[in-house]
Amino acid sequence: MSNNNLSVISLVSIGEHPTSRRPRRAEQDARAIELGIKLVGDNLQTLHAGELSDDASQQTALRSYLGMGLTEINLLEMPENADAVLVIAEHLKQKNPDIILTGVRAENGESSGMLPYLLAEQLDMAMVTSIAEILSIDEVNKQAEVLQALPRGQRRKLKVDLPFIASVDMAAALPRQSAFGPAMRGQFEATLGATFTDEESSDWQIVDAKKRPKRLKIIKAKTAADRFKAATAKASGGGGKVVHGVEESAQAILDLLVEEGLV
Amino acid sequence: MSELFRRDPRAQWIARNRLHPMHQALVIGPVFGPSGLLRKNLHIIGFIGPNGLKRIDRSGASNDSEQGSRRSATASEVILPLHQVLEPAFYIVVVLDLVSGRLNGHDKDTLGLAQQLANRNSGGGAVVAIAFGELKDDSLNKAGVDRLIHINDEQYAHYNPEQRCNDLQGIIGELDPQHILLPDSINGGGDLGRRLAAALQQRPACGVWKLNDDTVICRGSAGKRDITRPLSKLLLVMEECSEPISETRHENILMPQAPSPSANGKLLDQGNISVDPNAIPLAEAGFILSGGNGINDWEQFHHTASVLGATEGASRVAVDDGNMPRERQVGATGTWVTAQVYIAVGISGAIQHMQGIGQCDKVVAINTDEGCDMVKRADISAIGDSTEILARLVELVEQRKQTINEGTTNE
Repeated sequence: MSNNNLSVISLVSIGEHPTSRRPRRAEQDARAIELGIKLVGDNLQTLHAGELSDDASQQTALRSYLGMGLTEINLLEMPENADAVLVIAEHLKQKNPDIILTGVRAENGESSGMLPYLLAEQLDMAMVTSIAEILSIDEVNKQAEVLQALPRGQRRKLKVDLPFIASVDMAAALPRQSAFGPAMRGQFEATLGATFTDEESSDWQIVDAKKRPKRLKIIKAKTAADRFKAATAKASGGGGKVVHGVEESAQAILDLLVEEGLV
Repeated sequence: MSELFRRDPRAQWIARNRLHPMHQALVIGPVFGPSGLLRKNLHIIGFIGPNGLKRIDRSGASNDSEQGSRRSATASEVILPLHQVLEPAFYIVVVLDLVSGRLNGHDKDTLGLAQQLANRNSGGGAVVAIAFGELKDDSLNKAGVDRLIHINDEQYAHYNPEQRCNDLQGIIGELDPQHILLPDSINGGGDLGRRLAAALQQRPACGVWKLNDDTVICRGSAGKRDITRPLSKLLLVMEECSEPISETRHENILMPQAPSPSANGKLLDQGNISVDPNAIPLAEAGFILSGGNGINDWEQFHHTASVLGATEGASRVAVDDGNMPRERQVGATGTWVTAQVYIAVGISGAIQHMQGIGQCDKVVAINTDEGCDMVKRADISAIGDSTEILARLVELVEQRKQTINEGTTNE
């Protein structure tokens, strides 16, 4: 694909491992970079909003994006708890990108998944959520064809006007490995971003997630006998239909499949 | 038949006359003796159980006793009390997902939470459900919908979040609801809710799973942390955030609403594309054909799966014998599946396998043994040789495909 005139920016964040809680390459962001590299190769620009911390593990996490073959990451410096949306929007307004790639939601913080929507609103771009692939880009008509990931492994083809923002789903192609050498050689181009503090979130209480209580089966029986029956009865439905004979069986199964809309 | 109770004087006379030969058959209700005492014939209460002993069922559930049989026949469906909101003090808007036109569990939980919000403090709020596109479900009144806005048009059969977002903005401008709730799901609710939040410039609370007075608890950090924050106007709620409505009926009054002038959409739905069923991860496949020990002809099994367009699964025995790869194994030791239709061919149903298919909607068993556990669980059980049944099924499906193809080419 020759998309040399396209300007594609991929936004990356520092992820967090679900068990060890260590900083890592965020999985969806890495998939977004993979998609971007496939689309425009070396012309992919990468943007990260945040500080370049002195913490080695944070740096390693950010450098692991560089290890995917990027020469540099643009760093928009802002305080840790500032609102990234406005900072990024300010920055991107000057850049006029054709495509912005992000993950669906961050791996730490509020992780509301609002960032691409807010950027789309601020920059007046189209927004496609959870894409798995970009099929083709028609630069003449300013349109692109993307595949959107749906539940149950289904895919939907969408035509979207350029410029657009796409959030990349876990269903997209696996990201390439991060190589150590390029990761160390890669550069950070730091620019000082504006500061917009997020005042609302300062009085939230954040604790480690507790296991959610399992929903109980509530029995609303009026009599003791009914309650006893509900407590002792086997859960199996028992309403199954038993069919004998080859012809009848095949027909019954076909009827079910037709009813469920599968054939 | 008329519900009217008709008096039969002769039957009443027989019922009074204990010496009449037809007295036993006709006596209903309490019998009073000449002195006015209630007479009970203890011999006719209950029934003889399978072991020859007399059983008395006092729950009134069984209809064996002749007494009061006429009454119990009329007492049918329980009518739940009607919850009415005549003059809504405020509105709570719920946008339903309506996967294939029906309410799912997530929608019902969202409505449950909306009712909780509408009735807290002194209450008086009405829950307005907004349904886009086709609506096949007729149980909205039992799920807690006080008012319904149904926007249906040709374009809502497709994915058009921008248009829907426009419609919602119009409705919200009119109703000025206290809260707007959407299911935070991958079936459209999460996407639409975030679009709406960006358009309304409201900060939504995403992944809400609990409501405490004036705060909500949300799952943040991709499920790793709980955030307690003040109740916001826009809530994207998780499944099981509240109990669904089950004890009241609601009015479900239709509020007419026309679609807003069509938005200048930047997205165009080109329809779903066909995917290779075996490329779908087993855990999220919607249609699984699973094979077990009872299959002799594996070539035919693979052929059937490809004709039906089903994802292939296997029981542990089939995997251990080397007939299927390990990642295709269904069950507690393999993959837990959530298929809409699960066809188990030659699988008797070990408990680990039954656990793995616990989430499946419709289960079809093809087996030679009628007494096996899979047949007990299945919605349709075909008893017979699996090779023959699958061969016939393939024939039928191919015939059907052919007739459909001919139909389309003729047009």
